[in-house]
Amino acid sequence: MDTFLAQFLSGLATGGVYASLALALVMIHQATRLVNFAQGELAMFSTYIAWSLVNAGIPYWGAFALTLAISFACGIAIERVILRPVERGPVLSMVVIFIGLLVILNSVAGWIYSYTVRPFPSPFPSEPLFGQHYISSHDLGAIAVTLAVLVLVYAFFRFTPLGLAMRAAAQNPESARLVGIRVGWMRALGWGLATAIGASAGMMVAPIVFLDPNMMSGVLLYAFAAALLGGIDNPFGAVFGGFFVGVLENLLGAYLIGQELKLTVALVVIIAVLVVKPSGLFGRTLVRRV
Amino acid sequence: MGAGNLPHAALAPWKRVAVAACLAALCVPPFVLSNFSVFQLTLVIAYAVVLLGLNMLTGYNGQISLGHGAFYAIGAYAAAILMDHYAVPYWMTLPVAAALCLAAGFLFGLPALRLEGPYLALATFALAVALPQLLKYKAFEAWTGGVQGITIVKPDAPLGLPVNADQWLYFFALAVAILMFSLGRNLLRGRIGRAMVAVRDNPIAAEAMGIDIALYKSLTFGVSAMFTGVGGALGAIAVQFVAPDSFNAFLSIAFLVGIVVGGLGTLQGAVYGAIFIQFVPNIADRISRAAPWAIYGIMVILFVYVAPGGVASFVHYVSRRWRRKT
Amino acid sequence: MGELLTARGLHAAYGATQVLHGIDFDVAAGSVTALLGANGAGKTTTLRALCGMVRTRGTLRFDGERIDGCATEDIVRRGIAHVPDGRGTFLDLTAEENLRLGGYTRGGRRALGPDIERMYGHFPRLKERRAQQAGTLSGGEQQMLAIARALMLRPRLLLLDEPSFGLAPKVVADIFQILATINREEDVAILLVEQNASLALEFADHAFLLETGRIAIQGEARALRSDAAVRRSYLGY
Repeated sequence: MDTFLAQFLSGLATGGVYASLALALVMIHQATRLVNFAQGELAMFSTYIAWSLVNAGIPYWGAFALTLAISFACGIAIERVILRPVERGPVLSMVVIFIGLLVILNSVAGWIYSYTVRPFPSPFPSEPLFGQHYISSHDLGAIAVTLAVLVLVYAFFRFTPLGLAMRAAAQNPESARLVGIRVGWMRALGWGLATAIGASAGMMVAPIVFLDPNMMSGVLLYAFAAALLGGIDNPFGAVFGGFFVGVLENLLGAYLIGQELKLTVALVVIIAVLVVKPSGLFGRTLVRRV
Repeated sequence: MGAGNLPHAALAPWKRVAVAACLAALCVPPFVLSNFSVFQLTLVIAYAVVLLGLNMLTGYNGQISLGHGAFYAIGAYAAAILMDHYAVPYWMTLPVAAALCLAAGFLFGLPALRLEGPYLALATFALAVALPQLLKYKAFEAWTGGVQGITIVKPDAPLGLPVNADQWLYFFALAVAILMFSLGRNLLRGRIGRAMVAVRDNPIAAEAMGIDIALYKSLTFGVSAMFTGVGGALGAIAVQFVAPDSFNAFLSIAFLVGIVVGGLGTLQGAVYGAIFIQFVPNIADRISRAAPWAIYGIMVILFVYVAPGGVASFVHYVSRRWRRKT
Repeated sequence: MGELLTARGLHAAYGATQVLHGIDFDVAAGSVTALLGANGAGKTTTLRALCGMVRTRGTLRFDGERIDGCATEDIVRRGIAHVPDGRGTFLDLTAEENLRLGGYTRGGRRALGPDIERMYGHFPRLKERRAQQAGTLSGGEQQMLAIARALMLRPRLLLLDEPSFGLAPKVVADIFQILATINREEDVAILLVEQNASLALEFADHAFLLETGRIAIQGEARALRSDAAVRRSYLGY
């Protein structure tokens, strides 16, 4: 029972990271109706930027905030510069460009920072809270950060005019233009937010798995599985999915299939969701009167 | 992008001469180049068969796959296991690999056919990322050789022909490729090809015309996987080695890059793409370890902007201008 | 020129297909103009051209300033609201969120409050359904919502594409009555595309008739109502 609880909580912690990345994926999907394959590599690159900042002597939370800002700006820049020309093209073009981005980011990171694995600092104390031995402070902190991000995102979309405008632009770009919304910039904003969220996910997971250019590929897959499971349109679903997949991965790994087949779990979840209920557990089936 | 045209009904006489001349020219390299170069060309041929398969799926049928590395791996491992564990002659491994991949592709296609665009790409990508782990899994080690993989031996030329193993393999691969390309061309020219393009361009209309979309999409996936598996088997025999880490997600990405750069929806695009993915990393590697993939990424993005039809469309454009002048 | 909207030599095309072949027309401030014609004449294309949703050639002036070649969002922000055919409702959002979006360029929650109440004043049925998902509203309610959303912009010119389409006569009559009130009280000019010619001609001050991308007749609605050719082709008697 003891180990079960520890595994469960540890699963929640990694699940928090998956949830954050899944949230970023949902954000881009909301804004563009597309799945961003490069999300993981963007997060990884942001984390390297954070590492450089910390190495240059900037205190952790300052570097954290600065990284978020830089990632936000880069996300907007990528959308406006690289994606805009093919916005109205076929889906395959977009997918190919995402893949291209993924590959470029991965190799540039390797070129600048080399492929050696590095440790990444955690802002949370190294002693576990309250002296218990179920969950480390970092894991708890990661979960807290995930939840904070979720609440902010939800509030943004639900309560602000800008959030409403972004939702509208994603659902019906033509109508959005007819009310004066600058649809292109809404998309760019979506990208900026998603990249910033991904950066926070990267910075939370790096202390656990250590920093290297290939850090995020497995995480990305889990994030996909989580986003799909929760419903690709639903931020809450994405977060729930993330925690669920994290716990599932940990428990299956500890009790059933061993450590080596974990990615296969993600694959099976993805396929199962897509086959059985493509809109996910909480995806909205919307009523339309024709 | 993706606007592939079906092969023309029949080749004009001058084209037939050109094709014959090309084939004759292709027989020359093994006798003038080093063994290593011949080996590289053999790989190009194997990749061309793979890209032909992927092109059928993505270029002609409009389904995006980021997981064809998995089918390549299945073909490669099939060949290796048969040759190493069961002493099956190398040429017999190809039909087995083909049949296996046809079945695997069709079975994967059945649920996958419900997915569109990015979601299908996502599911196939998951397959590509998860595959190396599956191959390393301890329970399968007796078959797959685990992390170390399996080593096999290149076959010698039969009947004591005066060519060495590398040269023989080149000609064998060439013969297989010619066979596969003819098969592909006939498939695409016929009703099946037209149905595939119809499904890509307007699925609702296609269904209204009586085409069973589900069946065609799964079949296309299966056939596409079959071609890729044959390429995989050829590749394995050429390289004489299979191991899980050779078949990771980046391989699938390389294939996609290959058909985009080569030319979606064209037969010759498979050849251009194969040349690209075989030789560009070699050249780029000398710059730095990270360079090949950065170049892949940049090139593929450039091609999407500038030449969505790939090298094939560029060649077509140039040849049309040239013909107009003469 | 004194007119709110003028078009000179307006051509419009979808890709290689030319739909409008150089039309000239004016819309006076505060007036109601009807745009008539059979299917495929180019009525919807004309409205889309005014909003920059289609490739155009020619001059378009709104309030004296050129708007041809401008992006849709910018044209809208100058005071032209367009209720497209099909209504363009944000089906997945609530009715009130749709209204809020109509006023997006005018301000946030607090600023829009009074305007939204004014809309509910014109369209009481919408107030009952304010928190309901827009896609579940009836056809008539969705049309009202689309008009209300357009009015949230406080436009000088309202473009309406086939507002009577698919609606019961009583609902249509209600809607047109509300439109007349709005035109009178808020000085909003209306350019109305309608296949239902008799309805449009009763409501409008001016009208013009499109035939395969060219203006066949234009003038006072009263005059067109009694024009024999128009009557025969479009009113049926």
